[in-house]
Amino acid sequence: MAGLTINGVTKTFGDFDAVKDVSIEVKDGEFLAVLGPSGCGKTTLLRLVAGFENVTSGDIRIGNEIVSTAQGCVPPEKRRVGIVFQNYALWPHMTVAENIGYSLKVAKVDAETRKRRVDDAMALVDLKGFGDRRPANLSGGQRQRVALARCLVAAPSLVLFDEPLANLDVHLRASMEDEFAAFHKRTGTTIVYITHDQAEAMALADRIAVMDNGRLAQLAAPRELYREPANEMVASFISEGMVIPAQVLSPAESGHLKVSVLGQEVVVRCRDGEKPRHEAKVCCRAPDISAAAPGEPGIDGTIRRAVHKGGVARIEFAPDADPTVTLHFEQPDPSPFEAGAKARVRIASGWLIPGGASA
Amino acid sequence: MSVRLNQGRGQQWAMTVVVAALIVLLSILPMLRLIQEIFAPGGTLSTAAISAGLTNATTWVATGNTLVVGFFGTALAVVLGTSVALLVTLTDVRGRSAFVLCYVMPLMIAPQVTALAWLQLFGPASPLLKLLGIAPPLGSRNPLYSPEGIILLLGVQYGPLVFLLVRAGLRKLPRELVEAARASGAGWFTVLRTIVLPLMTPSIVAAAALAFVSCVGNFGIPAFLGIPANYLVLPTLIYQRLAGGGPAVLGDAAFLSVLIGLIAMAGILAQEMMSRRRDYRISSTSLPAEPYELGKWRVPVQVMMWCLIVLILFLPLLGLVLSSLVPGYGIPLNAATATLDNYRFVLFEYGAARRAFLNSFALSLSAAAFAVLVAIPIAYLVAWSGKKWVKYLNLAVELPYALPGVVLAIASLLMFLKPIPFTGVQLYNTIWIILYAYLARFLVLALRPTIAGYHQIDRALEEAARVAGASLFTRMRTIIFPLVAPAALAGGLLIFMTALSELTVSALLWSSGSETIGVLMFSFEQGGDSNYASAISAITVAITFVLMLLANLLAAHLPSGVLPWRD
Repeated sequence: MAGLTINGVTKTFGDFDAVKDVSIEVKDGEFLAVLGPSGCGKTTLLRLVAGFENVTSGDIRIGNEIVSTAQGCVPPEKRRVGIVFQNYALWPHMTVAENIGYSLKVAKVDAETRKRRVDDAMALVDLKGFGDRRPANLSGGQRQRVALARCLVAAPSLVLFDEPLANLDVHLRASMEDEFAAFHKRTGTTIVYITHDQAEAMALADRIAVMDNGRLAQLAAPRELYREPANEMVASFISEGMVIPAQVLSPAESGHLKVSVLGQEVVVRCRDGEKPRHEAKVCCRAPDISAAAPGEPGIDGTIRRAVHKGGVARIEFAPDADPTVTLHFEQPDPSPFEAGAKARVRIASGWLIPGGASA
Repeated sequence: MSVRLNQGRGQQWAMTVVVAALIVLLSILPMLRLIQEIFAPGGTLSTAAISAGLTNATTWVATGNTLVVGFFGTALAVVLGTSVALLVTLTDVRGRSAFVLCYVMPLMIAPQVTALAWLQLFGPASPLLKLLGIAPPLGSRNPLYSPEGIILLLGVQYGPLVFLLVRAGLRKLPRELVEAARASGAGWFTVLRTIVLPLMTPSIVAAAALAFVSCVGNFGIPAFLGIPANYLVLPTLIYQRLAGGGPAVLGDAAFLSVLIGLIAMAGILAQEMMSRRRDYRISSTSLPAEPYELGKWRVPVQVMMWCLIVLILFLPLLGLVLSSLVPGYGIPLNAATATLDNYRFVLFEYGAARRAFLNSFALSLSAAAFAVLVAIPIAYLVAWSGKKWVKYLNLAVELPYALPGVVLAIASLLMFLKPIPFTGVQLYNTIWIILYAYLARFLVLALRPTIAGYHQIDRALEEAARVAGASLFTRMRTIIFPLVAPAALAGGLLIFMTALSELTVSALLWSSGSETIGVLMFSFEQGGDSNYASAISAITVAITFVLMLLANLLAAHLPSGVLPWRD
């Protein structure tokens, strides 16, 4: 087992920077998710770590060994990394046992040991008795488990997951998520997990690296990502956060300060050392917003849309002070709000997005 | 800290170097040698060869003839192939796959076999015409011994080639474009004229260019039909010069082969340009258009289509089989005269014939096996390496097949006339020079399907093996070969079929002891022994049929389009 260090890595295709100056340190045994919209460079990052592509600049280390530099790289077959591919990449001309035992065969492990380790791996992913089947005769979930066993059997120092759940249907995803979590707990392997699904990343990862346009937007634990996004991209990408223009009225004091948002004065969380400034941005989550009680301070505006979602209604609200902003929140049934009606809402809390380049 | 950077590149290097060396040897060297012979015969720059060729009147007559049969043969092939493609693809005719199988069949049969079959059908000795009592009197001239005959047979031979390309284009025609036109009120013929044909122009032009290259390079048909009429085209002129003058006239032959190479090159470039344009207007991919209902016209159209098959496939083959059963020239065929003696003679009695069968089998098998083995690493580089220079590698492999066979044959002669430097090995006048030419010429037939096979494989399968620790050669053996083998083997079968009754190259390269089936057929026919030639042809057609059936067994594992006769 080993940690992974990505140090100032840039990968350029032609004149396009697929990955730009990314540095990530994954601790031994950590579960790191790399999250981002499609085209953000996360797959390229995985291929750099695996060694299928080489870095344009920067370096990558696995454990103590430098495996990629601009001068050259250790080829994938010598890196001892495991990959679970998005489409499983099971070899159709081999049985399940042959698929799983392939890396041992390549490493010239003797037949007896090989059989034992393949059996162990199959037991671990609950596939006992499937050894003689062909991948074509397995369900999606079973194929996924074969892929898992295949990378497990070689005892890799690092396991990379490339959107492993993207091809499964919804109910299977939840159970595979549990399985991955159990797998990580049991083996203690360092895992880098690529996904575009934030629920998946939040549920599984110790830390999440959010990527945007090839850059690392934020690297933090799931809870911190949600509560304290480092920039607008992360704020709006994670859980549909609302990014609202605001003015900072007071300096930070034990992690809080006063801002003016759409005419309402709100106390929000913030980083230490924040000072009063104009043109700041505040991130609010749906639970931070609710209908204002009569007489309470609040924000006047118009209900743009009210969509019933069983038990709650999702309300979209355009404040009069700045109709380009849309606030949304959930209102338990029965909802008093109708589209087009005037209403008044209040913001209970929020997070002051750190200014400038402090991301 | 680390010493393992850039390790494990050795195998990749080794493979690339071997592949590049092979391609230089098989494709680039012969072409360079040919060009050298033209501009610097014997090593000194000189325009003597060129001016000698240019001032020779027969050169111009043959060039003119080549262009005439090339253009008209192409025109006939385009009319036939395009009409059949339109009917088969856009209308609701029945029995499509059987029809396509039969229509494409002539493409699988060697041109000289086609020529022989048609000659047997129409000649004064035709057993079929005699059976029907309408044969012209013995001694009268076969009407096919004429430029018109050559043009007719070129059209029949290469109509299927046009058909395949136009059909592939039609399949990519998005149904919305047709439906939008019909919704705008256009009738079927208006749609055809204003939408389908304009959009298909690039496909049709590309197909025409390819047919032209094939027509001008064809040797078998003008050899069987033109030489008796003293109507020479460039390939047959080259053959006659060499047959008469031997190696002494090689310089002369080299000039002529470069001339025909240039004519063909014009066609190849036109096709390249057109295939690149093919996709520019049709961007979306969607289902093919609903077939047009012919209604009461369906049965007449089907009858007409099958009449075409009877005319271009069944009747000639029947003529071939019948004359292989006749004991001698001009003897009418009936229950009393029918005999298998011709088969017995060519299979068991005549020593040169047995040798020819052995030679052709050995040559085809070696060429096919070699091509399959080599195609897999070459296609790996072409399909997956993503490097730009690989494109030229691919082009270099295409060239010996795209150019007329005589060009490669002359180039091989030039290369191996003298013993190979440093080794003293002499290939000239042995079977090995034919093998060399076959390897060079047919490699692309295995390469194309193999590349298509690679494109169907998810590369993650290879990457998974990589991260499992497998080196390049191990991956080749355990992962890649099993996955692309069906496509490569199908290519190998195509090579075997093509090489088995090949004539163009071996007619120029054979020597006593290294005869091929094609050469044997040709010499029987030239010596007036049509019955023996027919028997051999019937055998090769039967073998081709069996191989096609065999290849069909692989069909489920193949990318579409690998087996041209499968619909």
